[in-house]
Amino acid sequence: MNVTTNTAAQRLTFWEKLYLPEIVKGLVSTLKTMAKPSMTRRYPEERWEPLGSYRGRPVLVQEESGERCVACGLCSRVCPALAIEVRAAETMERDKERYPDLFEINMLRCIYCGFCEEVCPEEAIVMSKDYDIVFHSQEAAIFGKDQLLTPVARLQERLEFLRQYK
Amino acid sequence: MDSIAQTIDAVLYWLAQPNILNILVLSVAKGGLVLNIILVIAAFLVWLERKVSAWMQYRDGPNRVGPFGLLQPLADVLKLYTKEDISPKNADKFFHRLAPVISIAIAISILCVVIPATYIYVGPEKLKFYFSVAPNVNVGMLVILALTSIGVFGVTLAGWSSNNKYSLMGGLRSSAQMISYELSMGLALIGVLMIAGSLDMNNIITSQANGKWNIFFQPLGFIIFLVASFAETNRAPFDLPEAEPELVGGYHTEYSGMKFGLFYLAEYANMATSSAVLTTLFLGGYDAPFAKELLGLQDGTLLMVLVQFGTFFAKVFALLFFFIWVRWTLPRFRYDQLMNLGWKVMLPLSLANILVTGGVMLLLKQFGIL
Repeated sequence: MNVTTNTAAQRLTFWEKLYLPEIVKGLVSTLKTMAKPSMTRRYPEERWEPLGSYRGRPVLVQEESGERCVACGLCSRVCPALAIEVRAAETMERDKERYPDLFEINMLRCIYCGFCEEVCPEEAIVMSKDYDIVFHSQEAAIFGKDQLLTPVARLQERLEFLRQYK
Repeated sequence: MDSIAQTIDAVLYWLAQPNILNILVLSVAKGGLVLNIILVIAAFLVWLERKVSAWMQYRDGPNRVGPFGLLQPLADVLKLYTKEDISPKNADKFFHRLAPVISIAIAISILCVVIPATYIYVGPEKLKFYFSVAPNVNVGMLVILALTSIGVFGVTLAGWSSNNKYSLMGGLRSSAQMISYELSMGLALIGVLMIAGSLDMNNIITSQANGKWNIFFQPLGFIIFLVASFAETNRAPFDLPEAEPELVGGYHTEYSGMKFGLFYLAEYANMATSSAVLTTLFLGGYDAPFAKELLGLQDGTLLMVLVQFGTFFAKVFALLFFFIWVRWTLPRFRYDQLMNLGWKVMLPLSLANILVTGGVMLLLKQFGIL
């Protein structure tokens, strides 16, 4: 059944039916908005600083003694987009005997889900705050260890967030 | 300085001679000048439209190319030129090519009867040097009405020749819309013509001299004409021919590259011409009420002409801003609402306007005021 209600409150008044006063109201509203400051962030000059909870480009944590990663390969295993490739190698020089001699993340494949970070037993791979990730070729999109290793001091905020909520 | 002024005076004097050759040279020169002015204004309007829309939506608008993004239109045109010019396989190639040319040509040619300023005296015989391309057309207003009617062809042909149902819909909508609004536009005009007693643009302007602008005597006529010119230029809230949520892009769906650019330019050129016509008819044209009394300027002097140019362009730009302002305030009409407004509201109102104007004029004549 097609029920239409048409109460006195829903009916337009004479002035509303005339359109013109309502149009003028709208025009005044837009003119007022013109005088207000814009909300645009002028991006390359003015950058947004994300909070610790932000999932940006995944990076490897580097301490003074060396990288944390022990090349267990869990991140590579859990990655739903198959973006991570790890090749383990052995060393006697440090207390950790295994280290990745190749660690690559294909940034064209990464979906920023953060599973690698969640699964990592050593807290060695974490999501950083980098959000402008650009490259000119497919080859350049594969980030190696040189691009992934980040000093631990720059990741403090994310590590604290993980300790609190993970 | 004096020698330069003398040379200019001599050149203008030569151009103002009433010979066939001089008239030909002068008309071509003025035509070229008008063409360039309108293209610059259209480019500026594109920038203004984007800036104003941005300000009304808490944005910045183009601000990268040149100071305040002023060179953005130039970059846009460069982009359009370098884009591939595609025409559909089943399109009627000749008309597909012709349609944008008609659109832009009509929009610009209307301006030749518009009078931005009167004349200056040149040479020893005080010959009048006129500033509009066709200064003394005694049916000026009819020329404008006739040309705007031809403007429909550009849009309709574009829609038809593209061989695309969305384009055809847009083209048909536009022809229906323009024809129904032309009627009330023409009728709204009659009040003004009754007051001026002439179709000549000069007489229409002089009848409004010293602040007796038609907008004060014909407010209803002004509103009807304004709304109708929104519909004629296919601007929001009457932009149904290109309604992008329903018709992709309407009549210019199948256009790319500079052919699309011409349509884009024609829209803004049309806006400029409508504003110029509105200024002439209802806002007193180049009439600045204070110029003669306060500044003591005489007709035919260079300073007077400059003041006239200034007033004319100030009025035109105020109207152009209004066009943009309305576009970013009001939502688009539905098709049946558009037709309702055109035939059931505007047409009776404009007829009533003629009746009231005639009645009042008759009364005033009876009492010997007019």
